[in-house]
Amino acid sequence: MKIAGSSLGIGVLYTALPLPAAGKAGEMMRWLGKTTGEQMTPFSFVQLSDAHVGFHGPPDPLGTKAFERAVELVNGLPTAPDLVLFTGDLTHGTEEKDVHAERMKQFLEISKRMKVGKVMQVPGEHEAGKTAVSWPGVLLQDTDYALGERRVHYLVLDNVSRALPEIGRERLAWLKRDPARFPKTAPIVVFTHRPLFDMKPEWEWFTRDGDDVLSVLAPYDNVTVLYGHIHRDHEHEKGHTHHYAACWLIFAFPDPEKVADKKPIAFDKAQPFRNLGIRVVNESAASALTVRDVELTLGSIPGSTECSRS
Amino acid sequence: MDSRRDAALRKEIVMKKRSRIRLAVSAAAPLLVICLSVMIGHTAHASGSPRVVGITAKRFGFAPDQVTLKKGETVTLRLHSEDVTHGFFMRKLKIDTEIEPGHTTDVTITPDTAGSFTTICDHFCGANHGNMKMTIVVE
Repeated sequence: MKIAGSSLGIGVLYTALPLPAAGKAGEMMRWLGKTTGEQMTPFSFVQLSDAHVGFHGPPDPLGTKAFERAVELVNGLPTAPDLVLFTGDLTHGTEEKDVHAERMKQFLEISKRMKVGKVMQVPGEHEAGKTAVSWPGVLLQDTDYALGERRVHYLVLDNVSRALPEIGRERLAWLKRDPARFPKTAPIVVFTHRPLFDMKPEWEWFTRDGDDVLSVLAPYDNVTVLYGHIHRDHEHEKGHTHHYAACWLIFAFPDPEKVADKKPIAFDKAQPFRNLGIRVVNESAASALTVRDVELTLGSIPGSTECSRS
Repeated sequence: MDSRRDAALRKEIVMKKRSRIRLAVSAAAPLLVICLSVMIGHTAHASGSPRVVGITAKRFGFAPDQVTLKKGETVTLRLHSEDVTHGFFMRKLKIDTEIEPGHTTDVTITPDTAGSFTTICDHFCGANHGNMKMTIVVE
């Protein structure tokens, strides 16, 4: 399988395509063809994350502007993606339920402008606290699905709704049963909000039982974990599992290895979308994913430019 | 007749005295237990029961925001919440608990590594929850 990302200026467009029959991916394709008579067909999806609708503050006074820009760009894609999936923190939490309800309503109004096949969400902790508004059917939890005949297996893991940064025993039990239906070579894409590994527990950038999740997925040859939460670029690889932080739609956080305190990076009026950007993912000939970062620009999608991220 | 009456009277007096003694012992028993418990507690504390350090959680911080412990010293962290449920988590010190309002939660640890350990609330408690933390310094 090939997973490629394109410059959107707001998120990541992932495209999965069958590779020429070579290597493990080729073996998987042949296995699918022989055993099921089905071949993988191209598909694409966009991941958006951390819109924090309702947040207004010095670190980013733009409110929903980046989110709305993202929607415009998704609608401007040459080919509409099959799926747009939000990996959490759709809204910014508040103690006032009425206010939170308005924020969720605003999020839905903006996201519904996207002309795509499906829009799904996994919750972030700002939707999961005791004060969160319940929106049945909006948040996707404890479920999995495949896009028609396209044989990529998706797992959506909620690691926030227990109010703790964890998947929880019940969800883990489900996870152990679910991928067992697939061959070890089947590509698996996991959507979740928090990182599943200990990136920076002191900043709550971790999942308490993330190791248990990764142990379940360890036997699979091709696992990609797409998450949000940290508002910055990051990629991590362990075994056959590749972890990619999503691009984000509100203020950025600094590199935890370089600063002691978790404070948002200051807003730059001259470059309002500085540090908001995209991740480009391509698969090399050696079947490894290569990642390039592209900063958010107001240009057209093809005109987005690569840059060095601070 | 008089002698029988006297004997009965003496017996009644003896029974009443015994009853008073039993009542007195019975009434004194809880006090005795409490006194013994306190004495034992003081003795145990004096002989090295863990030092107790009180910590209060309140959105979105801990008070005090830093405590200093000695390496190898067993200490009980006595946790209390003034508002909502908070978490208290520091994997390297084997601290992982929740602090429910209205209760006192004790966590006893014996740090074996010196350093500065950022301990976080890992139970989402509001919009600024992400910065709720304190430092445990082990010298």
